[in-house]
Order: sequence, then C-alpha cells, then structure tokens
Amino acid sequence: MQNSPVAVIGAGSFGTVVANLLAENSDVLLYARRPEVVEQIIREQRSAGYAVHPHVRATNDLAATVAQCQVVFPIVASSGFRETMRSLSPYLRPYHIVIHGTKGLDVSEKVANPLTREQVKTMSEVIREETIAVRVGCLAGPNLAHELGEGQPAATVVASRFEEVVQTGQRLLRNNLFQVYGSEDLIGIELCGVLKNIIAIASGALSGLALGENARALLISRGLLEMMSIGKALGANLEAFMGLAGVGDLVATCFSTHSRNYTVGYRLARGETLSQIIEDSEEVAEGVNTTQVVKQLADHYQITAPITRMLYRLLFEDLPAQQALRSLMKIPLGEGEDMGLYKKIAT
Amino acid sequence: MSTESIQHPVLKNRSYKPILPKRKEWPVVKLSRQRKEFIDTVVKNSITKLLELAPNTDTLIEELEATLYKEKYRIRENPWAVDPDDDRAFWSSAKKTLLEISSLQADHHHEEAQRKAETLLEEIVDRYANEIASNFRPSYYRFARSVVTFGFARLLNASRVKGFGSLFSNQYSLRDKIRITGEIDHLRSLAQRGTIVMVPTHFSNLDSILIGWVIHELGLPPFIYGAGLNLFNIGIFAYFMNSLGAYKVDRRKKNNIYIETLKSYSSLAMQWGIHSLFFPGGTRSRSGRIEDKLKLGLLGTAMEAQRTNYLRSQQTGETAEKIFVFPVVLNYHFVLEAPSLIRDHLQREGQERYYIENDEYSQSSKIISFLLKFFLKGSDISVSIGRGMDLLGNYVDDEGHSLDKQGRHISMREYFCTGEQLTRDEQRENEYTRMLGESILQEYYRINQVFSSHLVAFVAFQIIRKQHRSLDLFNLLRLPEEDLIIPYKLFRKNCERVRQAVFNLYQQGKLDMPDHLTDPIDDVITHGIDNVGMYHAKRPLLKNREDNIIIPDITVLYYYHNRLEGYDLHTFVHPKKKKLIDIAE
Repeated sequence: MQNSPVAVIGAGSFGTVVANLLAENSDVLLYARRPEVVEQIIREQRSAGYAVHPHVRATNDLAATVAQCQVVFPIVASSGFRETMRSLSPYLRPYHIVIHGTKGLDVSEKVANPLTREQVKTMSEVIREETIAVRVGCLAGPNLAHELGEGQPAATVVASRFEEVVQTGQRLLRNNLFQVYGSEDLIGIELCGVLKNIIAIASGALSGLALGENARALLISRGLLEMMSIGKALGANLEAFMGLAGVGDLVATCFSTHSRNYTVGYRLARGETLSQIIEDSEEVAEGVNTTQVVKQLADHYQITAPITRMLYRLLFEDLPAQQALRSLMKIPLGEGEDMGLYKKIAT
Repeated sequence: MSTESIQHPVLKNRSYKPILPKRKEWPVVKLSRQRKEFIDTVVKNSITKLLELAPNTDTLIEELEATLYKEKYRIRENPWAVDPDDDRAFWSSAKKTLLEISSLQADHHHEEAQRKAETLLEEIVDRYANEIASNFRPSYYRFARSVVTFGFARLLNASRVKGFGSLFSNQYSLRDKIRITGEIDHLRSLAQRGTIVMVPTHFSNLDSILIGWVIHELGLPPFIYGAGLNLFNIGIFAYFMNSLGAYKVDRRKKNNIYIETLKSYSSLAMQWGIHSLFFPGGTRSRSGRIEDKLKLGLLGTAMEAQRTNYLRSQQTGETAEKIFVFPVVLNYHFVLEAPSLIRDHLQREGQERYYIENDEYSQSSKIISFLLKFFLKGSDISVSIGRGMDLLGNYVDDEGHSLDKQGRHISMREYFCTGEQLTRDEQRENEYTRMLGESILQEYYRINQVFSSHLVAFVAFQIIRKQHRSLDLFNLLRLPEEDLIIPYKLFRKNCERVRQAVFNLYQQGKLDMPDHLTDPIDDVITHGIDNVGMYHAKRPLLKNREDNIIIPDITVLYYYHNRLEGYDLHTFVHPKKKKLIDIAE
C-alpha cells in the first residue's frame, strides 16, 4: 500500500461507499460515533447495507484515527456536521487535508426569517469555523450510493482552493471505474450539491403525481436556472452548475427513484405528511432542511425561486401537490432572461 | 475572529521605554552596516526566482525584452526628478546587448546566449536592488525624530498655552493630539519575540510620518517600509523617508524583474528579523473607504520569509523567528488630499487608466501650512493598533503562540508542512496570503474608530441619496445647492438612529469608537460638523443661519461618508420622502 491510511468520518451509506472507493488505493479507517455500530461492522463486515472492503477498518477512536491519517473525509448529515467538527477539532493539525462529502447547509443560530448569507454556512465554512484545518475541500457529483456500491462506473468532482487538496483527492479516489475531476470553485461545487436536493424532492413529487418525462425535463431545466440564481447570490461561480457536480448530479438525482430526497417528494405527492415521512426514514433527506433555509435566503435576497417557494409550501404548509403544480405552471415565461440564457424575442 | 472588544480607555501620556535602548542592537542598523551583503543576497535570491520563472533562454529573452520595452516607455512618458541621470544610457546599452543575445540565439549559440542573458539580468536586478535599498543613517534618524517630536511639541504648546515662555512649556505633548489605542503592550511584547509586519490603512501621505512617530513613541526600534518613489520627489519627504528607513517602491515599474527584486528585498529584510511596515491597500484609499481589497504581493513576501525561517531552522537547529502581523487603522477628521482623491476615484470608477500622481503634497510649503493649521486649531487623530496575528490570520498571545478559537496553541510550522515535512508549495502560500488579507480586513473593521465627523458625513449623504433614489451617484453629486439642505430635526433623528446602530456594533465588538461619540447627540453633531474636513476651502458640511444642515461640497462629503461603508449602516437612515410641495417651495 503506497498511501498512508485515510480516515472517513461517518458510516452512513455514502460514507461507507466512499470508504470502499478509497480502500482501492489505501488503508481506510472508518469512524462511527456509536460503539455498537462499530462492533456490528467488524462482526458482519457490512455497513449501512453494503459489504465493507477488506482494507476498511471500523473504529470508534477519533483521536487515534485522526493522528494516523493526514487526509480526513467527514461524511455525516449536515444536522450533525458542526458537532462532528467540534469533536474532531482537538485532533486536527494545520497540515491535515479535510474533504467533506456532505450536501447540506448549516444555520448556526436559529434566527428569524429571512436569513442572510452570513447566518448560513456551507460545510467547508463550518470546518473553517470550528477547526484549524485550512486545506479544505469537498466531494460532489452524481454519486448515487447504491450504484457506486455495486461497482458501476462513475465520476466525481473534488473542489478546493488548494491544488494539493484536489490532487490528493484525485490520487486517493481515482480507479479504473471512478474518474475524479478537479475544481477550484469550492463554494460553487458545494452549492451545486446542496441546491440540487430541492429539485430532487420536486422531481419525486412529479412522479408521485404520476407525471411523465416532459414534466420532469421542464422541472430540471427550470430547476437548474433556479439553482444558478440562488447560487450566484450566495457567492458561487456559475460555471460550476454546468459541470458534473451541477447539471450532472441534478439529472442523476432527479431520475433516481432510490434517492432519499426523491422519495420524500414522491410520498408527499401521494398524500403523506412530512412528519409521517420523517418518522420512518433512517437518514434524513438533506433537501428538506435545505428547502427551508434557501426559501428564507430567497426572501432576503429577493430571488424569485418559484420551485423552492412552492416546495416550501408543500413541505411545511400542507399545500396539496396538485395545487402546487398548478401554481407552478402559471409562472410567467421569461424567467431566466436575467441570466442571459434566453433572449426575449420582440413580438 | 474573536468578538472581544479592544482595550479601553486610552493610556494617555504614558511613556514607553525603548525595548532596545542601544541603537547598535536595532535590526535596521545592522542592515545599514551590512548593506552590501544584504543587497548581494537580494540580487542572488531574485535571480534564482526569476530563472525559475523563465526556465529557458527563449523565455528569459522574452522577459528581458518586455522589461526593456516597459522601461523605455516609462522614461519617455513619465520621467521623474528622482530618476537617476544615467537611466536612458543604461537602457540603451541594455537594448544593444539584448539585440546581440537575440542574434546569438537565432544562430543557435544557445549557451552563449543564455550566459549573456543571465549577465544582463544580473545587471538589471543589481541596478534595481540598489535603487530600492534604503539609506538608513542612525544620525539622520535621531535628528528627524527630534524634529518631529520636539518641533511639534513646541508648536503645540505655543498655540495652547498663552504667554511668554509658552514655547518651552511641556504642558501639551503630541500625545494629546494623537491618540494611540489598542494592543500597545501586546505589540511591544511581540516585537521582542519575533519580526513585526505592521499593516496600516492608507488615507493620506501624512500616514508614513505619523506611523514613524507612533513606532518611536511606543519605544519600538525603527521599522523599514516601502514608500512610493514619488514621495522622494519632494525634498522634505525625501529627508524624512531616508532617515526613517524607507526603501523605495516605484509604482511605475510594473515589470516582473523589478517586482521580483522588490519582493526579494522585502522578504530578506523579514528573514533578517527587521520589523517592516507596508500599506497593503497599495495606494491611498481613493474613495475614503477603509480598504476592501488588499494588494497581496508584499504580504506574500512575509509568507515566503516565514517558510524560509522554518527551513533554515531545520538546517541550523536554531529556533525559527516567527512573523507577526499587526493591522493598524488611522483615523482623521480631515484628510488634506480628500478633494483630489475623491475626484480621482470618481474618474476612475469603472475604468482603470494610467495616471500621474498629482497631489497637494507637491510643495513643502503646503505641508508646513497644513501642519501649522493642524497644531494651531486642533484636529484629533487616532491610531488604533489591532491584535497581533500569525500569517494565517490566527490571533497570537503575548508570548507569540498562535491560538485557535478555543485558545489552544497551534503549530505555525505545520502550515508549511505536508505531513511532518516542510514543503514549498507556492499555490498553497498564495492561498494563505489571500486568507491573511481577509483577516487583516476584518481586523480593520473591528478596530476602526467611528468619529463624530464620520457619523455626520455618513448620515447627511445617506439622507440626500435616499431622498433622490432615482438618481445615480454621478447625478446625485451634481445636485444644485438648494437641494442640499437637510432640516436639523430630520438630521438629528437619523444621526441618533445610526449612532445607536454603531453602539450595537460596538457592543458586539465589530467596531470601535472614541469617548466623544457618547456625548449628548447635539454635541456630537456640532463636534462632527466642526471637524469634518475642517480645513478644506469648501467645507463638506455646515449649519446655516436657520440651524439647518447644508452641504457646500457634496463630493468631498461623499468621501468622508465612505469611511463608514461596509457596516450596513445605511439601513438605519430613513428620511421622509420629499413631498412635491416641499420641492415646489
């Protein structure tokens, strides 16, 4: 093994899959917070429903894990991300490389509506706030866990302002079936992964309403535009949205019936309430929280964001899906002209 | 960034013992004594760097050609009095040599071409290095310093204490005029433990002399700093600059060879443990706003110096000198150059063009008359010293340990490591420099002092702007005088609101303010109006006979208003919309 061991923090489904990918090139320490989970992984050689690569070793010792590894991949739900970073913080050193794979937003204080950008952090910003690690990056792209788990070919993006982080991520993750692109637009790539979850819920809702691919294509293209206008307001470069982590991930998630966000939308459209759905899912769909946060941001920055707003009412105000759809179809055409994508044709 | 606010109150008139009483021990004296060795090392380092950037003969020739072209252009278009007499001759001969090198290269005599090109490069770098180098002379320093302190103090006492003998009174010192606040002891402590890089905001040409005085007053040995070569055009400035350890920065020379030489100079000085000072904003703030973007070139040299210190310590086993960055904010009620700066800013809005410096400091007599006014009439200045940080923007304690947000020690060395090994990674260091720049800006906003004059200028301009929402900035500045009257009641109410917002930010540790800002609001307004741009021929703000606020010069008002930009204070100004009937009247 030419590489020194790497750490994955969080043994959820994506964390496990990433650990397996990394294990192709290095020894991997897979950290889980709960000791019983670690024991189970060791006993059954399975984690979150996936067989675990022989080079992956589950552990409950955070200090030892971080001390042995120069590269750490935190992959935990955004709701627990800040807490995880706090517990990592005493062990991280300035030379550590931290590449996260969490697609959510953090609202540090429960503040009143509307929210400003200052009150909302991306995961890399949380890492910077809570730890002394500076060589920070993220992982984003069309990486549906179950397909990666089956060893199907795919690609991802590692983004960081530091070239060494991108190169290290590429070196550690790349294999014959897995291609790794690099980007220096950390915030842009992070926001791609975050914002597409909103559209994925909407896509699930369309299926729940038994609608076809015309409707979905409409949703995806308008949704991309909406992601871009929100992303721009939050400090992203728009190029990111046109790449693998943007439109690529968006398409994959909107078509995948396995995705958690998709499932939330599907069940909502079938008449279930949000609390029912949350009650019987193991991992929370990131898109739910994201919709709430982005809606409040859109209020502050006066972004139209019709899909996000309608989804917000669907999720939190019990607006029936049929009615949400009807309202969406009434959005005047011509949205997006300000992005320079369509030119208004004089009539 | 921590939210704790800075120390209060000001330690007025406390005198500070020099931390290095013997002049021989001053790092800058060491530099002047070993000037030749220093310059030789600068030349050597610059050439290594430049040859890395131009790894083969073709690229090297290209670099030389570009430099030659730019230098000939500069000599033709923008010659200065300080330029050496042989400038033209040197570059003409360089041109001849370069032609020879090109033909050698064309005839495939690559080795000879490379050798000759390197020799020419060395000549140019050597010339630049000698031009940049400071001429610090201890005796000059002592004299210049006494002129500043003694001379100023005499004037001050003459103007304040009446009667015979006032010239020799010591009742007032410069410290009554110039308030130094913030982390003074912290700075003194760290100056004995490492190398200081002081990075002040830049509003006026007076800044460098002011800072020079502050450094002396705090008992610190002299710092070296890069001063614009244009200042050396003016006799009185040239004298002070030379004696205070200034090295020369020629902003006309934008070629890579010059820039690398300048960077090597700055970096080596830091490696020698010489405290440095530079204005990271590059030039004086044109708009009057606190810097919102920094020039990172010279800051980057600190990064390089720090890495070199660690590498050397690895070889020698000695402890590596640590570099500490101290942001400093200078506050004036009055900036002499304000009218020309803001005009320049407005002209440049949107388009960057080559400009020729033209400023009020071009005559020594004007400076002296300003100084007289300053001391006779009184206009306070404050110098706020921020908390020391390491090169990653982490705060440091009095012993020089870098601290994380929980107060735990951080190993600075490990920022330059891959794993346990020290590595050189320019991209990484560029990114660090960018991050450091952001930390410096944050610190500027945190220690910035809101003066009464800034407050009134901000409120007055915002009222006018909000009353004329439909106008863009340039039309706003063209409003006729009769539209520039604000009823006192409205003005007072808004001043109170904005001041409350300032208080709130102060509570949160997001800015600083002097005691006078807490006076009754009418007093604050009067104090502000009396002081804002007080010596301009046309005052930015006045009260008329009916006690309403008038704006004789809105452009200059805009300049002073900009000082409070960046705190989102405009949301607290709510003028009533002007009714048609008011306008008709």
